[in-house]
Amino acid sequence: MTAPTLVDFDDVVDRYDPTLGLEVHVELSTNTKMFCGCPTTFGAEPNTQVCPTCLGLPGSLPVVNRAAVEAAIRIGLALNCSIAPWGRFARKNYFYPDMPKNFQTSQYDEPIAVDGHLDVTLEDGTSVRVEIERAHMEEDTGKSLHVGGATGRIHGAEYSLLDYNRAGVPLIEIVTKMIPGTGARAPEVARAYVTALRDLIRSLGVSDVRMDQGSMRCDVNLSLSPKGSGILGTRSETKNVNSLRSVERAVRYEMSRHAGVLDAGEKVVQETRHFQEDTATTRSGRIKETSEDYRYFPEPDLVPIAPSAEWVEELRGTLPELPWERRARIQQEWQLSDAELRDLVNADALDLVAATVDAGAPSGDARSWWVSYLSQQANTRGVALDALPITPAQLARVIELVTTGELNNKLARQVVDGVLEGEGEPDEVVASRGLAVVSDDGALIAAVDEALAAQPDVAEKIRGGKVAAAGAIVGAVMKATKGQADAKRVRELIIERCGA
Amino acid sequence: MSDDLTRLSAAELAEKIHVREVSAVEAAQAHLDRIAAVDGDVHAFLHVGAEAALASATLVDESLAAGTAPASALAGVPLALKDVLTTTDMPTTVGSKILEGWRPPYDATVTSKLRAAGITILGKTNMDEFAMGSSTEYSAYGPTRNPWDLDRIPGGSGGGSAAALAAFEAPLAIGTDTGGSIRQPAAMTGTVGVKPTYGGVSRYGLVACASSLDQAGPCARTVLDAALLHEIIGGHDPMDSTSIDAPVPAVVEAARLGAKGDLSGVRVGVVRELTGEGYQAGVQENFDAALRELEKLGAEVVEVSAPHFQYGLAAYYLILPSEVSSNLARFDAMRYGLRVDKGASAEEVMAATREAGFGPEVKRRIILGTYALSSGYYDAYYGQAQKVRTLIGRDFAAAFAQADVLVSPTAPTTAFPIGDKVDDPLAMYLNDLATIPTNLAGTAAMSVPSGVAAEDGLPTGLQIMAPALGEAVMYRVGAAYEAARDAADGSPFASRTPEVKP
Repeated sequence: MTAPTLVDFDDVVDRYDPTLGLEVHVELSTNTKMFCGCPTTFGAEPNTQVCPTCLGLPGSLPVVNRAAVEAAIRIGLALNCSIAPWGRFARKNYFYPDMPKNFQTSQYDEPIAVDGHLDVTLEDGTSVRVEIERAHMEEDTGKSLHVGGATGRIHGAEYSLLDYNRAGVPLIEIVTKMIPGTGARAPEVARAYVTALRDLIRSLGVSDVRMDQGSMRCDVNLSLSPKGSGILGTRSETKNVNSLRSVERAVRYEMSRHAGVLDAGEKVVQETRHFQEDTATTRSGRIKETSEDYRYFPEPDLVPIAPSAEWVEELRGTLPELPWERRARIQQEWQLSDAELRDLVNADALDLVAATVDAGAPSGDARSWWVSYLSQQANTRGVALDALPITPAQLARVIELVTTGELNNKLARQVVDGVLEGEGEPDEVVASRGLAVVSDDGALIAAVDEALAAQPDVAEKIRGGKVAAAGAIVGAVMKATKGQADAKRVRELIIERCGA
Repeated sequence: MSDDLTRLSAAELAEKIHVREVSAVEAAQAHLDRIAAVDGDVHAFLHVGAEAALASATLVDESLAAGTAPASALAGVPLALKDVLTTTDMPTTVGSKILEGWRPPYDATVTSKLRAAGITILGKTNMDEFAMGSSTEYSAYGPTRNPWDLDRIPGGSGGGSAAALAAFEAPLAIGTDTGGSIRQPAAMTGTVGVKPTYGGVSRYGLVACASSLDQAGPCARTVLDAALLHEIIGGHDPMDSTSIDAPVPAVVEAARLGAKGDLSGVRVGVVRELTGEGYQAGVQENFDAALRELEKLGAEVVEVSAPHFQYGLAAYYLILPSEVSSNLARFDAMRYGLRVDKGASAEEVMAATREAGFGPEVKRRIILGTYALSSGYYDAYYGQAQKVRTLIGRDFAAAFAQADVLVSPTAPTTAFPIGDKVDDPLAMYLNDLATIPTNLAGTAAMSVPSGVAAEDGLPTGLQIMAPALGEAVMYRVGAAYEAARDAADGSPFASRTPEVKP
């Protein structure tokens, strides 16, 4: 296959209008699966979280997980959707080895939430309203690992391994209506939407929305129409878009590729494409000879979902402060500039700082620790900031010890290092490493006298009134006390001893 | 002695076991001996679990010896389980090659309830493959023969369970009824079979034919025995979303009340559309005689009309195959059951396995259902069939406004010769004309023996239909009719069953 002709992005937006559509799958972090009692923990040994129902054994039956319905309703409400008072699950029939029943149970045409919207804010503060078509519940499939062959795909593989731990994990699919009129900002809007959706769902506490672990997955639909024509073009559906950056890049790439096809006078093929993380390009999926007919029909093993109006209102009452409302409040409370707030958000530090502040620390200190020293530590260790083995409460205690003068900044970093190394609570690290500031004058005076004696010329200068020369002696004393002295007090003592 | 035990009703046998006149082990052994003697000819069983049966009976005896009250009214009584319900200690094949030798890792809820009740499960009974058929000829393991005449079919799909009762291989059996698979075999073998209200008995562990129609139920030689078993297997199951969260109707009490022989105040509706043309003469005669008997018992017999029943068969043969095509998709050689390693890809192995593993009737229905659900045909077929289903439900509602129970012959003919209809699917389907409406509506119905046809000496069945959860009145009528019939004959109907002769 020849490489597609790509048109320069600026040129694309000069001559074409993009239309976006985004389908996001979110794995719910319920304790158990959608239709059985199996746990949903990520990363367990293959095929250890399975039972007759999620393995689709003959005779097994599904039972809807109430917690998943609750999560779906809360997501729907947070997206300003109407909640359907009655809806059935349907079976989507197709054969694939990682689907134990060879049908997927999904709310095909009777979704639990419909007709909502999400307002997203772009970098420059512009607000864009994304209309939501629906949010519906379904079950995840198992995972296939195709061994051998060049592509890691089923075709050409020598054999395949199947892990059904993920089979039956509850999914919510959130589908936007077509998003027209975004022009050159289409990639940015797509990314901003997925970001806002991720933050929203995280704030609801119903999913860990980790794109890197697949608990949030995005399909990007894109089409181009000649500028101003209003004629909708043929769309491509790009799957496997597994990071926020990839969302942006996939939209950008598909716009350039579609324009290349259209400029050549050809037709865009309606197809599924796969995003390639390494090259930031998309690759065509297998073209099917016949169009898939999923033979949907209502799932006879389940009764309809009929949430009462009372229950829906009760759940509406559990919605937390929305992430962007919270951000605005925090910005005002902490008196942050837009740039400072953005840095916090980009460093994924907002929640951590807020929790540290809640644990009693001043916001400035908490912010500084998380954005600088701890971010560096996270980078060095190659982990996410929130995966560092220190809690906001522990950091708040370190900050408190600095405020009361029991630690200086240098010692505080050593205490934090100790906590990160698993040496216990901050106070335990202080005790075990002997890191408290030395403020016992007797010990300090001895050290000062020793340093003055070692550098008689400097001592002479100080005695002669050149107080600024004291810095060298302070340094010597700090070195001798391994940094544990209170530097301010050392300086006072030097001047006192020299009678200056 | 041994032979006597197999002739007792379950209630009689239970009483002897509970007063320790007979041990549960003796009861089990007597039936195992009977199976060894006649099942070579009848072929009611696909698997006999002698060791597990005796072990289970031993536990019952030990418990009774220790002075513990019986676990249930039927503790220690042997039972034949249709091979469509999962069992951890026996294979579950559903009469299909595709599940040959499959040992489920879990018990069906019905199986668990039987075990908890101390009932001795003798083995698994033969059936039409995946419960699709009306003669048990579509079993991949060979047909079951009717104990009344070994050259004839025992009905289906539950021919194995019904034949086991008629051949005195077990006093109790479990069947499943999707379009008549409990009631039609009961009629063919002169036994009692009950299809409970949809949702009345858990479907968890019942290998699905058509999810919205399947229902497990009790089979026995007397109405009281069926009632006793019904109360054991019925009730809400959180593992089955379609299970009804309501108490099991008091059917034992109703059966005992009925046996006293008074049906005054009970209105019995004769469904006009389910009599007359198309019914064998002896079937119709016995039905008319049964109506006279019911009137003598004090019941008021009225005629009712159910105009949409005539579309039931057509609707059924769209809804059932549609669900079958989806339910049976899981048999793909990937996780369990047969695997035919032909071809290089998963798809080829799936196709080769399904080609080899499914029989002709199953394939016919998978193809039919796949077609009916296809885009462009869905509304015309599945959609229309669902509308018919609604109309049949309304017909029942209107009829039950006029009558407490409805009656009809269970099947249009007596048992036909083996091989007679196996190549004529439509003729086979017509067997279920009278039983199908109940499955479509989700209501309850039973078949009670109504004598033998004058022309061929083979048993016929009276179908008694009741509204959803209306089983009590149905059992009352059934038991009253049974008592009157036995009184007229001078002996229980089962005693008229001929000895099995090869």
